[in-house]
Amino acid sequence: MYEFFTQTNLGIALTLVGQVLLVVVPLLVALAFLLYFDRKVWAAVQLRKGPNVVGAFGLLQSFADFLKYVVKEIVVPAGADKFVFFLAPMLSLVLAMVAWAVIPFGDGLVLADINVAVLFVFAVSSLEVYGVIMGGWASNSKYPFLGSLRSAAQMISYEVSIGLIIIGVIISTGSMNFGNIVNAQDGMGIFSWYWIPHFPMVFLFLISAMAETNRPPFDLPEAESELVAGYMVEYSSTPFLLFQIGEYVAIVLMCALVSLLFFGGWLSPIEALPDGMIWFFIKIVFFFFIFAMVKAITPRYRYDQLMRIGWKVFLPVSLAWVVLVAFFAQYGAFWGTYARWTVGG
Amino acid sequence: MAFDYTRSVKYFLLFDWIKGFQLGLKYFFKPKATLNYPHEKGPLSPRFRGEHALRRYPNGEERCIACKLCEAICPAQAITIDAEPRDDGSRRTTRYDIDMTKCIYCGFCQEACPVDAIVEGPNFEFATETREELFYDKEKLLENGDRWEAEIARNLELDAPYR
Repeated sequence: MYEFFTQTNLGIALTLVGQVLLVVVPLLVALAFLLYFDRKVWAAVQLRKGPNVVGAFGLLQSFADFLKYVVKEIVVPAGADKFVFFLAPMLSLVLAMVAWAVIPFGDGLVLADINVAVLFVFAVSSLEVYGVIMGGWASNSKYPFLGSLRSAAQMISYEVSIGLIIIGVIISTGSMNFGNIVNAQDGMGIFSWYWIPHFPMVFLFLISAMAETNRPPFDLPEAESELVAGYMVEYSSTPFLLFQIGEYVAIVLMCALVSLLFFGGWLSPIEALPDGMIWFFIKIVFFFFIFAMVKAITPRYRYDQLMRIGWKVFLPVSLAWVVLVAFFAQYGAFWGTYARWTVGG
Repeated sequence: MAFDYTRSVKYFLLFDWIKGFQLGLKYFFKPKATLNYPHEKGPLSPRFRGEHALRRYPNGEERCIACKLCEAICPAQAITIDAEPRDDGSRRTTRYDIDMTKCIYCGFCQEACPVDAIVEGPNFEFATETREELFYDKEKLLENGDRWEAEIARNLELDAPYR
């Protein structure tokens, strides 16, 4: 039996499929409840109760919505490029999912343990902008087009600063593998995580992540008061659902990245308690809560403000930080806090 | 050039965001304003002007004497009344129609009525599937009066000191 799954081609393929399902299915189920959680938090801040009818406390609301989306009619605009129109939502979902391949859920619990994992996530999340642009262009309509143009500029602008922020962490670790990055933060519980040496970058990363995933206060591509729903205007039924799921998977991915890069992934905050997957999930949910709160409390930025923050504040600050971290790491400043090289050195 | 250090420090430490987060959390834990409508309902004033009803005296005699004051005062001209002397010689309506789609629920008919016959009761859940069902006739209005008499009488009594 063991030989079948490790020696034969069919066995290896089946093992891979099983592993992929093991990541994707729990992720999608968790996503349904995170969507519900998002709506509940948003409602609570606005003194509403939020969904509370479907299932106990409305817990099954997302599944009801899922059914509703799936059984609705798909409307295709007359002038739309059909192939690209349907490719776009699939692309945005698949790309958001693919990045999870390199996210470790525990020590060694990772689908693809590659040593350029950070680069891989970065490359895939850069491609996500294509889903938005293709959706906006293929709709052959005004608002989606404007929304997708905004989105393109926004996502590209903030990728630059996200990249520079991550470089700081990579310099400190000497590795691009998430497992190594997390293991480098092991030691004195919460105080040895990267959020202390890289303190200002945590906020910059969170804000850039919001801009990167088109979350409020940077939801300009789908600004409903200006562009109705931006690039999603012409989408209905399942394609719309795919866009929505893709967007939320990307958001949860960003939450996972924050916990991996700055908050020690699966490491426990107190030394006495054992490390484990549960800490990783708690951290993801916590950052998702922050994302949901930000959505509830902040007004949308104007487009020029968005660009100003991206290019005139985040870029110089994160660039200066990279230089500073490189300096600290090279000369072992602060008792080597910035140079916990696990590989090479 | 003077540089505003306080402002830039606040800017970089996300001071306004933290204050907003605090306020958001304060509201997060407050009791919610939502009513689960079909199961929970808000309080209604005794003066609430809902669905119309024609009332009767305790002995079962209808109150309306077909003076047509309500028809005259109705700003939306939603009320239509025909009247004839009855066999016992008293003046009664033969037809009392309210077009609920025209009615603006101003309550003037209730104010004008000298015998408290036409009233607007506390019921506001009378949505129908067809438009025709909203053309109320005398029979429907009297039936409403019988159904809601207890609430209507209580509301009139509660409101009496202010009239």
